[in-house]
Amino acid sequence: MYTLSSKLKLFSIILMVVGLLGLVYGFFAVPSTIEDVRELVAHDGHGEVVEMPLTGQTEDELEDDARGFDYVPSEHKVETDRTDEEVHKMAEDAELVHLEHILHQLQNKPWAALYVAAFFFFMIALGVLAFYAVQFAAQAGWSPVLFRVMEGITAYLLPGGVIMFILLALSSFHFNHLFIWMDPEVVAHDEIIQNKQSYLNVPFFLIRALIYIGGWVLFRHLLTRNSRKQDEATGITWYKKNFKLAAGFLVFFIVTESMMSWDWIMSLDPHWFSTLFGWYVFSSMFVSGITVIALVTIYLKSRNYLPFVNDSHIHDLAKFMFGISIFWTYLWFSQFLLIWYSNIPEEVTYYVARIEDYGLVFFGMVVLNFLFPLLLLMNSDFKRVNWFVVMTGIIILLGHYLDIFVMVMPATVGESWFIGIPELSSLAFFGGLFIFVVFSALTKAPLLAKGNPFIKESEHYHY
Amino acid sequence: MASKVIHALYTDDDLLLQAVRQVREARYSIGQIYTPFPVHGLDKAMGLAPTRLAITAFLYGIIGLSVAAAMMNFIMIEDWPMDIGGKPSFSFIQNMPSFVPIMFELTVFFAAHLMVFTFFMRSKLWPFKKAENPDSRTTDDHFLMEVVVGSHDAEELTGFLFNTGASEIKLIDKK
Repeated sequence: MYTLSSKLKLFSIILMVVGLLGLVYGFFAVPSTIEDVRELVAHDGHGEVVEMPLTGQTEDELEDDARGFDYVPSEHKVETDRTDEEVHKMAEDAELVHLEHILHQLQNKPWAALYVAAFFFFMIALGVLAFYAVQFAAQAGWSPVLFRVMEGITAYLLPGGVIMFILLALSSFHFNHLFIWMDPEVVAHDEIIQNKQSYLNVPFFLIRALIYIGGWVLFRHLLTRNSRKQDEATGITWYKKNFKLAAGFLVFFIVTESMMSWDWIMSLDPHWFSTLFGWYVFSSMFVSGITVIALVTIYLKSRNYLPFVNDSHIHDLAKFMFGISIFWTYLWFSQFLLIWYSNIPEEVTYYVARIEDYGLVFFGMVVLNFLFPLLLLMNSDFKRVNWFVVMTGIIILLGHYLDIFVMVMPATVGESWFIGIPELSSLAFFGGLFIFVVFSALTKAPLLAKGNPFIKESEHYHY
Repeated sequence: MASKVIHALYTDDDLLLQAVRQVREARYSIGQIYTPFPVHGLDKAMGLAPTRLAITAFLYGIIGLSVAAAMMNFIMIEDWPMDIGGKPSFSFIQNMPSFVPIMFELTVFFAAHLMVFTFFMRSKLWPFKKAENPDSRTTDDHFLMEVVVGSHDAEELTGFLFNTGASEIKLIDKK
């Protein structure tokens, strides 16, 4: 049996407290009026004051302005309806609109930071559950020694799911404006969203979220319960039940996961859609989940808890990390290439926003998620070196956090993004909660699923 | 000079693996092993040096990638720039995403084909080469281990091999 060391417990609690404090600060530091934003923009380090062109001025006239020439209306021109005063008022209005836009982005920022981190850790638990179910459905012989680790990680599904649901509900009741399609004023002027309203409406959205989270948590509960019952059982009835359950779960999962990715992420850009988005999000959660299995296993092994796990098991996990990283890249590129190449305005805006405002993060995350795992884990021997797997795992997790970051942020905070206190604090808070929940759950059952019919094969597994 | 070898036949791959370990422990030297299919772990049991084929595959892949990049740069950018889908081909980096599938395919193509050729050359295989396996049953369901007699006593070696589970033992004069 595993006992949660007081050091790890303290570490996770400190992370949570620090994260919580940072989050509270993040929410308090949000500007509440346009005046605050005006000051922020003026005092900002990269704050070149935005020159708002006077509406009605041509480019030549702007150039004249810059050279210090005065604008003198031509005598020959017919008097327009607009007087100078009106023109100036319009410019001020335009500036107000711009500042209000930034205000909304900054007000969204801590919410979006919270949302990204909450989803990231929830997705890890969900990815692990999918991997766990695959092991059962495939009747894999190598992995049963890792089952208890996987079961421990999926324990985060319930608290993580509840938090996700609360965040979605808060968005639905207009505590924030992450999802613009929830705003009736926006919808009133937007025919495209109006056409999607039979699917994108608040009550149905929340009911769907309940079905996804409820379904996953229920499957997780049953799978774990059967796995524990199998420990003491004679015969393999519980194992057989899990085999069927896992197959059923995988069918339920691939449908709900796809819809979840449309609902929770793709609908942030309600005009845009991509048909492989569900797969794309799935590959992200799958590789993050497998990476976390490897990290937790190596941690427990280093504390002498998993004597039956040998380097061949780590080797196999590292192979999955390597392979699914490339799978992720394949999907990322498939989505990017087609949209970039066809260059259809309503599709390509998605990538224009990301490349123009998020260039470094957007391409940097591809380097982290593809190039690093590819080169670091290519050599067969390196996959057995535990500290090497840990280093690569940390890079992969960082890369996939940034992946979720560039999925969510451009639609919610636009060009006003910055990885600052709210982002890091929410990472710390959910990271702490994740560690606490996962390692507490690991203490609940013996670390070897000794009733599994494949356990002998798994213990002797040798590559 | 004729050298004497013993051909020991086995009918099971696990038995063969076990026998290989015993033979090496007794410090007899194994010349060659013929099997109808690749036996997992046989190279390690025989103490063969790890293969360097993977390293060559990596190098061939890099060559393929470079060839593809150079080829696309010449064809699409330098020699005959075309405007496809509103994307004029005047810069390699700006058109790179549409070259990625070609770069990927040629990487795989070079790595796979050159690796096969390397493997053939390294194991001295070429078309119309006469088969070397001494017993045609090794292409069906038998495993053959060739043990060099050298200065050992042939009788003693035969007895030893029989105890490792060989189903058939033959003393051969190799020319």
